[in-house]
Amino acid sequence: MKPVAFAYARPASVGEAAQMLAAEPGAKVLAGGQTLGPILNLRLAQPALLIDIARIPELAAVGEDADGATIGATVTHAAIEDGRVPDPTGGFLARVARGIAYRAVRTRGTIGGSLAHADPAADWLSCLSALGTQVYITGATGTRTLELDTFVRGTMETALAKDELLTAVRIPRFSPRARFGFHKICRKAGEFAEAIGVVAYDPESAIYRAVAGATNGRPLVLALRAGVAAKPFTVAEAEHMLQSMRYAGDAYERQLHAAALRRASELAFAP
Amino acid sequence: MLGLPAQSKGKWGSPVTDQGIGARLLRKEDERYMRGRGQFVGDIRLAGMQEVAFVRSPLAHARIKGVRIPPAHRGRVFIAQDLTGVSAIRADTSLPGFKSSLQPVLAADKVRYVGELVALCIAPTRAEAEDVVGEIALDLDPLPVVADMLQARKPGAPMVHEHWGDNLYLTSAIDVDFEAVKAKAAVSVTKELRTSRQVMSPIEGRGVVAQWHSRLGQLIVHTSTQQPHIVRSGLAECLGLDEGQIRVVAPDVGGGFGYKGILLPEEIALAWATRKVGAPLRWIEDRRENLTANANCREHHYILSAYADAEGRLLALDCEATVDSGAYSAYPFSACLEAGQIASILPGVYDFPHYRCRAYSVATNKPPILPYRGVARTGVCFALEVTLDALARKLGSEPNHVRFKSLVRPEQMPFDNIAKRHFDSGDYPEALRRAIEAIGFAGVRERQRRGEPDGRRVGIGFAMYSEQAGHGTSVYAAWGIPFVPGHEAALARFTPDGGLELRIGAHSHGQGLETTLSQVAHSILGVPHERIRLVHGDTATTPYSTGTWGSRCMIMAGGAVAAACDELARRVLAIAAKLLQAKPEEVRLVAGEVVGPAGRIAVADVARTWYRRPQDLPGDVDPGGLEVTAGYKAKRDTGTFSYAAHAAVVAIDPETGELEIMDYVVVEDAGVLVNPMIADGQIIGGMAQGVGTALYEEMRFDAQGQPLAATLSDYLLPGPTEVPEVRIEHMETPSPYTRFGQKGLGEGGAIAPPAAITNAVNDALQGLGAELLVSPITPRRIVEAIARTRPPPQAPAAVESPPGPDGHGLPGA
Ligand SMILES: Cc1cc2nc3c(=O)[nH]c(=O)nc-3n(C[C@H](O)[C@H](O)[C@H](O)COP(=O)(O)OP(=O)(O)OC[C@H]3O[C@@H](n4cnc5c(N)ncnc54)[C@H](O)[C@@H]3O)c2cc1C
Repeated sequence: MKPVAFAYARPASVGEAAQMLAAEPGAKVLAGGQTLGPILNLRLAQPALLIDIARIPELAAVGEDADGATIGATVTHAAIEDGRVPDPTGGFLARVARGIAYRAVRTRGTIGGSLAHADPAADWLSCLSALGTQVYITGATGTRTLELDTFVRGTMETALAKDELLTAVRIPRFSPRARFGFHKICRKAGEFAEAIGVVAYDPESAIYRAVAGATNGRPLVLALRAGVAAKPFTVAEAEHMLQSMRYAGDAYERQLHAAALRRASELAFAP
Repeated sequence: MLGLPAQSKGKWGSPVTDQGIGARLLRKEDERYMRGRGQFVGDIRLAGMQEVAFVRSPLAHARIKGVRIPPAHRGRVFIAQDLTGVSAIRADTSLPGFKSSLQPVLAADKVRYVGELVALCIAPTRAEAEDVVGEIALDLDPLPVVADMLQARKPGAPMVHEHWGDNLYLTSAIDVDFEAVKAKAAVSVTKELRTSRQVMSPIEGRGVVAQWHSRLGQLIVHTSTQQPHIVRSGLAECLGLDEGQIRVVAPDVGGGFGYKGILLPEEIALAWATRKVGAPLRWIEDRRENLTANANCREHHYILSAYADAEGRLLALDCEATVDSGAYSAYPFSACLEAGQIASILPGVYDFPHYRCRAYSVATNKPPILPYRGVARTGVCFALEVTLDALARKLGSEPNHVRFKSLVRPEQMPFDNIAKRHFDSGDYPEALRRAIEAIGFAGVRERQRRGEPDGRRVGIGFAMYSEQAGHGTSVYAAWGIPFVPGHEAALARFTPDGGLELRIGAHSHGQGLETTLSQVAHSILGVPHERIRLVHGDTATTPYSTGTWGSRCMIMAGGAVAAACDELARRVLAIAAKLLQAKPEEVRLVAGEVVGPAGRIAVADVARTWYRRPQDLPGDVDPGGLEVTAGYKAKRDTGTFSYAAHAAVVAIDPETGELEIMDYVVVEDAGVLVNPMIADGQIIGGMAQGVGTALYEEMRFDAQGQPLAATLSDYLLPGPTEVPEVRIEHMETPSPYTRFGQKGLGEGGAIAPPAAITNAVNDALQGLGAELLVSPITPRRIVEAIARTRPPPQAPAAVESPPGPDGHGLPGA
């Protein structure tokens, strides 16, 4: 299938892009096109205007300070995989990036596009939910910052208003003692996840989170009580966590998500 | 006879040279394919060409009350009522009791499956044609849908073709003294098995470019087909044209597998419309059309019982098989190609005395079922080989125990089996012994006893099959479908500069015929490989052929090329003998030269003499010259039977249902191999598709007949990382009936993997009491099969502490 006819614009700045979004109700943002491309071809989206943000310099900017790193929305999965941008987790982001689709998709697909699309099965959504990530947003009338859990409202649903762009993510810095585990269960290489488990643990900042991703909605985040042992979860523990997260799925899906959580914890706490 | 050198004779009595039969030559055609220089239908651009998109039915079963076409689109949108003089596609068989379906080119009164063509829309680009499609409104009156073949067999089910009175295209039955087994059998098992509907997924989908050539008065159709001549006949029948008014060209074809062995309503619609609008028209199938509407195949259901004596010798099979043939009988192979063959294929490679089988070809509101690599055998092999393993388990023996007790033995060859199939040659037990050896059976059993440190369960499974290939007139005359293959023809001619040109009516699209037929010709004429060209794929330039299907080309086109080259060699020798002033019996053809007692002359010089210096020719020269069309039929046309033993080792994660194929062995015998490397390629490619059937591919439909996968992210295909590296061993038992002892082998790789892998899975899960009888075996099916063996779980424990602001506790933490 082929897309409907659309106009194409390449604004020079975020401000200009936001103005265009506000002015044209039928407009849609195009970043890496790895999700939007197929959607256009299938005519599931029939925008009047595509606003290509891939070459707006400020969206590709990255920065880093003592508390964390800021990664621009159009930074690609490949750039993160290659360590070309700051990684406040000491390598965890690169590991997750490497598991997204395959290299051709990673070369174009962007971290901002992934979050803005908010597919529950997307790797960044689950990963960044475990890290206490914030999302920077710019609209025609101003900017705001949201916690990732508030930004994502549900399956392919975010808090972005019609005229707003996601401009960057802010990821806090973890200590060198921090441990991370990410386990994705999928049918084949390059396929979207059936279940994702993420564990992030930092004894210095007392962060200990478990995330069940690729569920039927937004990632389920569980903040584990301080004092919970930093060791691989048992099957019973993983199942109990899912219950606490109010995970709803059938027996098979529950078993899969429990396994993903458990394996993420094994990766995190591997000796 | 042809004066071939005596030294280094190959199995069929001619030399194995580095370019002839038996050589592992790189494929000629890969030069263009690997450099991206192939030319497919999608590469064709004609002046003034317009693009076509189709309005397809959104409902599985409905009456068409109206089609609303905005006035602005008049003249570029056509519906059934416009197609005057066009007949529906009719693919009947002469089998008694067959009920005929007429497949309209565009649906007229009723739609019978989601995706059926309703209107053809023309625009300068595909995108604009799709815009037009979006503006056509269908007024449909929904009818009750029958989307499940077992439901469709029940009385009172909605009827796909009302005038039939039921939903059965055909019921096929065989009974060979079945009842008598009951007094003799010591054990029996009965299993209900199912294979899912699949979608053939060649990298290139279908594509058609149709144009009316006013000077030639000819319809020229470029189409991605395996059977240009059959498509021409079908187009002529449906359009009411003479065959001479139609030229069908199949350029490079990006994979066929059966999907390109069909006359398409799209082809007919474009062929009609190009004359109507006076412009060349093109339609390129997209993946969504391919998945949801067009390329459906393989959906079988079995209730199969196997009976054995106390020693484990198979005594009988009793089978009730159902195949979901979909809404129409596809041209030319009919709606019964699968179910109609089950009874004759089911006995497999075994010898047993009692047999009963009933097979139902059932109509449903789903796309017509089409032949796919392995045709029926993949499902049959799955049902039989999985049931045989269950029988062995019941006997408390290793699975291959029953196989060894029951296989047809080499000394029985040639062997007429219980379904009257004539096995030409082979040593089935030896193939199995070699597979057991190669896979390291004892080592796997030992490993299973030790257990896996990661908690996975390892299993080993085997499967065997035979593959009838190149079967001809006698078989197809009984079948009575729109074509019956007779003699296969090939043209061979020398060019004036001594090159050799071969022309065949079949088509090569991955089989490597441009290479292997060159090897055949080289073996006879000694012309260097690079001076031999194969012309194929164009009805205007090639002899009639039923095309490329049923693993027939190496037998039939190979035999025909050899026959033409034999005759060319005879003529070359006759001319050369005169030129060398020798007696005909004194000259021999050696490595591209004719050698006489007192001199030698290159074949190329003989060719030059014929064309360029006829004054030097003897007066009594054969006036036919150096161009020959010869026909070929095997000595016996019931087909060759290549066969194989497949062995798989899998490891299963019982927690997630994830499965890894750890090892895979194929021991196969396709007679004399013309090019073992190409044979390996055929096996590996088939194997990838077999892994798809076994583990990934499933086109589901809901109760309303709506297809549930529209992209390749919903319809999973194995990729390179999912297909194991297969270890292949060849045996080469010649067929007594073919030119070189070669057998067809194109489909086998796709036949046995679902059976072998399922047997390995069931071996792995045996200790848990779980068994899988459905393909594909998905992680969910594994986990659920294991779960079914457990006592039902207690009600889930209540959440111990409601979520509080500071997070949650862990039990015992
Ligand atoms: C074959 C294939 C396999 C894949 N496998 C995986 C996988 O395993 N895991 C995974 O996580 N992902 C996977 N993806 C998706 C991939 O990661 C995409 O890159 C990502 O989902 C979207 O990023 P993009 O830059 O391509 O966004 P686009 O496709 O350009 O846009 C996606 C959506 O987000 C909107 N958007 C984009 N950027 C912004 C922004 N800055 N502000 C506001 N809205 C915006 C667009 O309007 C659009 O609606 C796969 C994709 C393909 C094609």
